[in-house]
Amino acid sequence: MGSGIVTSTLVVARRALLKFIRTPQLVVFGSVQMVLFLVIFRYVFGGAIGTASGISYVNFLVPGFIATGVLFVGAGVSVGVAEDMEQGFIDRLRSLPIPRASVLIGRFLADTATLVWSLALGVAAGFLVGFRLNGSVLDALAAFGLCIVFGCAVGWLFLCLGMFAGNAQAAQAVGFLVIPLAFISSAYVPAETMPSWMRVVAEHSPVTYMVDAARSLTLGPDAASALGHPAGFFVIRALAWAAAFVLIFAPLTVARFKRA
Amino acid sequence: MTATIEAAGVTKRFGKAAALDGLDLEAEHGQVTAILGPNGAGKTTFVRAVATLHEIDEGSLRVNGHDVTREAAKVRRTIGLAGQYAAIEPAMTGRENLEMVARLFGQGRRAARQNTAVVLETLDLTEAADRRARTYSGGMRRKLDLGASLVGSPKLLLLDEPTTGVDPRSRLELWDAVRALVAQGTDVLLTTQYLEEADHLADRIVIIDRGRAVAAGTPAELKGRIGGSVIEVHVRAQDDVPVAANALEMLEPGRVNVDESTRRVSMGVDGEADRLTLAMRSLADASVAIDDISLRQPTLDEVFLALTGRTPDDEAEAA
Repeated sequence: MGSGIVTSTLVVARRALLKFIRTPQLVVFGSVQMVLFLVIFRYVFGGAIGTASGISYVNFLVPGFIATGVLFVGAGVSVGVAEDMEQGFIDRLRSLPIPRASVLIGRFLADTATLVWSLALGVAAGFLVGFRLNGSVLDALAAFGLCIVFGCAVGWLFLCLGMFAGNAQAAQAVGFLVIPLAFISSAYVPAETMPSWMRVVAEHSPVTYMVDAARSLTLGPDAASALGHPAGFFVIRALAWAAAFVLIFAPLTVARFKRA
Repeated sequence: MTATIEAAGVTKRFGKAAALDGLDLEAEHGQVTAILGPNGAGKTTFVRAVATLHEIDEGSLRVNGHDVTREAAKVRRTIGLAGQYAAIEPAMTGRENLEMVARLFGQGRRAARQNTAVVLETLDLTEAADRRARTYSGGMRRKLDLGASLVGSPKLLLLDEPTTGVDPRSRLELWDAVRALVAQGTDVLLTTQYLEEADHLADRIVIIDRGRAVAAGTPAELKGRIGGSVIEVHVRAQDDVPVAANALEMLEPGRVNVDESTRRVSMGVDGEADRLTLAMRSLADASVAIDDISLRQPTLDEVFLALTGRTPDDEAEAA
């Protein structure tokens, strides 16, 4: 009696995906918003923002945009899981004869799928607004993969926030955390122009490491001189941060889930 | 045969506050057990403990013969939970919702489909089955939620305030559905704030307050202790309130309550309808002008007053 881990994980994941696909607000939030912001940055702000390093703004922006996109997708995750807590859905699942891990793993799978979808859309939009690769296709795929890995890792932070928030409104409020995280980084403009205190924050932000990793993988040799380090420097740091996110927030999430 | 629920000295604390404070309760097979109590009495905490959602701090709690802490997985195979919120997925159809839960209970696709169809039929939801649940009314959502707790054919159904916030018609439908289940042999533990609901559905009522059981018995036994019903008189003039109280006191000494501010006088009676006639006659004899007189079920407040000497509101203030 009771379903095994594979079935229950898939059933839980399927439900989360159906919810995403069939809820217009979620699809719009997860798909259109990203494209819209890209267009705004590229064409509204882009003309006024110069990059000193000889990289065109669109090539500078798009990798940063995709990398920070994982944060905005993550904010949606925390609202979703908080809603599930609030409306008793998590309770229902926890009262069923299924391995409890499947509730979290299923959720995680579905969130990863929506992340891939949103980022892929972002990449397509990036090429449409004029982004061009300067490195190899393989490196570009590695950059995309790294964004997904980083996104999954940060996903634990948002899953955790959503669980502790406990209701959708609170989760939405906590989601604003994404704004400073995304903007106080080198994602949209070079950090050099920021006031010194903010620059310190921006340069040490995990988001900046991730963004610069994506940049150096997609922009080829130009990037290394502009960013001051080869790709490996940023990739290793981005992965280290990803590991740190998982190590801190996955156990917290699991503990909260068990106790709830 | 083991009891459905055996709770002895169950204690559950949240920080310093004890939501359950040594609760003893026994529910037998083949019965509907209702937990009746005011907000904050510990009803939901107890149901959640039975559903293995809370670990208890002290005491022992066995469900269908299994210990909730050590044999939680076994307990989960025997229960179905419908909580205070309709825990359904609005983006999925009614049918998809039930099939999802059936699959999680370990049923194969075909069995899940068949059981879902049966449950939809039982709850009169077949017509709406292929609409997304977000288009359902509040009452239909509750029914679907009830369906989700049924589709695994649990031995014990846990209903936490199943009709709170539900319109009267849907409430009656839900009651019918619960009664139909009981007839098929499902045991039910339900919580409610409404004496009327407990009276309609339950074979046994446990009244709890501040995390402890304060009284238990069949509806008839409990009503015997408080009087089967209440006559309530709305007196027209303020000066007549004590006169009316005296007139009624002669009929049922010691069972009259007066609320000066609303000019209401009430009296517990033992069910015979002629009490109402007698009350009207003695009020007329005392020349008391009244706006309204009614014979009704006691409220939870009155049950509390009769059993504990305090109303739930006093409790809240004292706490």
